[in-house]
Amino acid sequence: MAAENFEKNVDRALADAQLRKNFAFAMGNFILKRKAVFSDAEETERLRALCNAIKQRALSRLPELLEQLEAACTRNGMRVHWAETPAVANRIVLQIIESHAAGRVVKGKSMVSEEMHLNAFLATHGIEAVETDLGEFIIQLDGETPSHIIVPAIHKNKAQIAKIFQEKIPGAPYTEDVAELTAIARRTLRRKFYEAGVGLSGVNFAVAETGTLCLVENEGNGRMCTTVPPVHIAVMGLEKVVEKLDDLPPLLRLLTGSATGQLVTTYVNLITSPRRAGERDGPTEVHLVILDNGRSRIYQDPELRQTLQCVRCGTCLNHCPVYTRIGGHAYGFVYPGPIGKILTPQVEGLQKAGELAFASSLCGACEEVCPVKIPITSLLRRLRDESYSGEPQGIVPGRGCRQNVTERLAWKGWAFLNTHPRLNRAVTALLGMAGEYLPPAGPLERWMRYRTEPEFAGKSLHRRVKEEGIADE
Amino acid sequence: MSETARDRILARLQGAPRQETPRPESPVPAAAAPDRDARVARLKSLMEAVRAEVHVLPAAEWIPRLKEVLGARAIKTLLYAPDTDLGFALAEAWQQDAAGLPELVAYADPVESFKERLFGVDAAVTAAAGAVADTGALILRPTAAEPRLMSLVPPVHIAVLKADTVFPSLGDAMREGRWAEGMPSNMLLISGPSKTADIELTLAFGVHGPKELIVLVLE
Repeated sequence: MAAENFEKNVDRALADAQLRKNFAFAMGNFILKRKAVFSDAEETERLRALCNAIKQRALSRLPELLEQLEAACTRNGMRVHWAETPAVANRIVLQIIESHAAGRVVKGKSMVSEEMHLNAFLATHGIEAVETDLGEFIIQLDGETPSHIIVPAIHKNKAQIAKIFQEKIPGAPYTEDVAELTAIARRTLRRKFYEAGVGLSGVNFAVAETGTLCLVENEGNGRMCTTVPPVHIAVMGLEKVVEKLDDLPPLLRLLTGSATGQLVTTYVNLITSPRRAGERDGPTEVHLVILDNGRSRIYQDPELRQTLQCVRCGTCLNHCPVYTRIGGHAYGFVYPGPIGKILTPQVEGLQKAGELAFASSLCGACEEVCPVKIPITSLLRRLRDESYSGEPQGIVPGRGCRQNVTERLAWKGWAFLNTHPRLNRAVTALLGMAGEYLPPAGPLERWMRYRTEPEFAGKSLHRRVKEEGIADE
Repeated sequence: MSETARDRILARLQGAPRQETPRPESPVPAAAAPDRDARVARLKSLMEAVRAEVHVLPAAEWIPRLKEVLGARAIKTLLYAPDTDLGFALAEAWQQDAAGLPELVAYADPVESFKERLFGVDAAVTAAAGAVADTGALILRPTAAEPRLMSLVPPVHIAVLKADTVFPSLGDAMREGRWAEGMPSNMLLISGPSKTADIELTLAFGVHGPKELIVLVLE
């Protein structure tokens, strides 16, 4: 069912010339910008090794660090909440909002809140969640979801955005001037910042040592959401914790360089406590919601655990030949591209999302640029293996869901042939003569939908070696 | 309810196989620390590249330069922090001769009673607690006397930085300033005016934060 959707999505995306043009342009641009900021290959490799070690060190002590973070944040005056599922996290957020009788929430970009489908949930309770990152604002106006982790509206061009603004924002004129479009968004959202009772944000890194939340951004909407309203709610996946403040400089360097090709973002926001006595602004309440949603399960497996090193920079999307051609929506889940292909099947299960692990040529471009060196292709292979595995042990839901009689028989047959030389000779000879007349039916038809028909050599390699010998080196 | 979720999550994590992980290598060896002028020069060039306006000038000249900056933009109201060194100096200078200068607006009340005024001012002047040369960013450390929103809400932000507080890197600033021993409620790195590239990757400035960032570096 999900697989069918994915194939249809891909067909639709590939046929959309405008979409492909938008993505090809943007991804090419991102690749160049990243290259420019990481011009010293040796230093970049050193930094990647360092950041990989920082995240692995943090993961190796994850339960202790989370407790330390909770203690430090609590000491600083924040309130810490734990949620095993998005549904619970949503209820926690709702309770906080309702306890302040706030009817509107201003939101900074947060992938975890997308994972929670928070906006839709709040809407059913009569609460308006206003996305304030420009890209998120645009797609929210159009009733869409992000197509990229960093630039959520990248699938749209300015003519499309001009039309959305004109239709959806009262009094907005039609303009394709990017500065004017930006100014319209500024005017519209300023009022919302001013009035909102609650601000919501994600978290890029949470420092256990000091109980500090680190958020990076360029627009200033994140600062608005975390500083203007009287209440700030931060939501984070439990893998975002790092051990100490000292870990931040290299992580920040690689995160921003990988994400946008910048040396540093316009704002790095370090939040350690709500407004203290005597201070004149800042939220009087700060809540931190720590979400599990399958992460503690992924954590059980030492190989799959590496998925949790991800810092959500999005550079694997930018460098992925598949993502660049089909865009983010085709994947059908919150996290697109290579990181989505390894994360989503583990969270949602192989039955529902396992198809994603197969949507890769295993070219490894993602792995070469990943700032924390997640072995993405190995994990893709692992998930493919899991899909066909006959062993009952395992932590990935839906393990073995792709096992089927045809394939099992095919492999059994193949093994049988290869252990019976005479039969093997007869069959290869037969295929050599008649292979090209194989009817494109059944599994072969499916296989050939995206690939050229295999050509059978007239003589098998075995036979040629026997007849011609091997030329000595 | 939330309490048991916590226990279950932690129990699952604690029950997972432990893993020996590589200790991180020592931080990337820093090149020989550039001297003060080189640090200031790098800061200036990097911040100008992201459209901040950076003036390097003798400490005694900052008020006249500030007046020029304000005059060039026809700024009518200037937000300031009265109970700071900068604030004293400003008030004194304005007292001597305020002709043609913007009205000084003091951030002296809690935001709840000051919001309307705050969202209406043209510009704000704050101190920068330091800066980072290698990536080009100011360090802001808002205090009770100099609140967080001063560097965010007004469309023009003017920051006054002492050249001696420009550190080679963020790591240096953290270690020398002993950040880990006590973080303020909020701390910021700011590298330029607010910007976005969310529409076709075209840069646009002043999307939510200040449209202009002006840095006065005092030697």
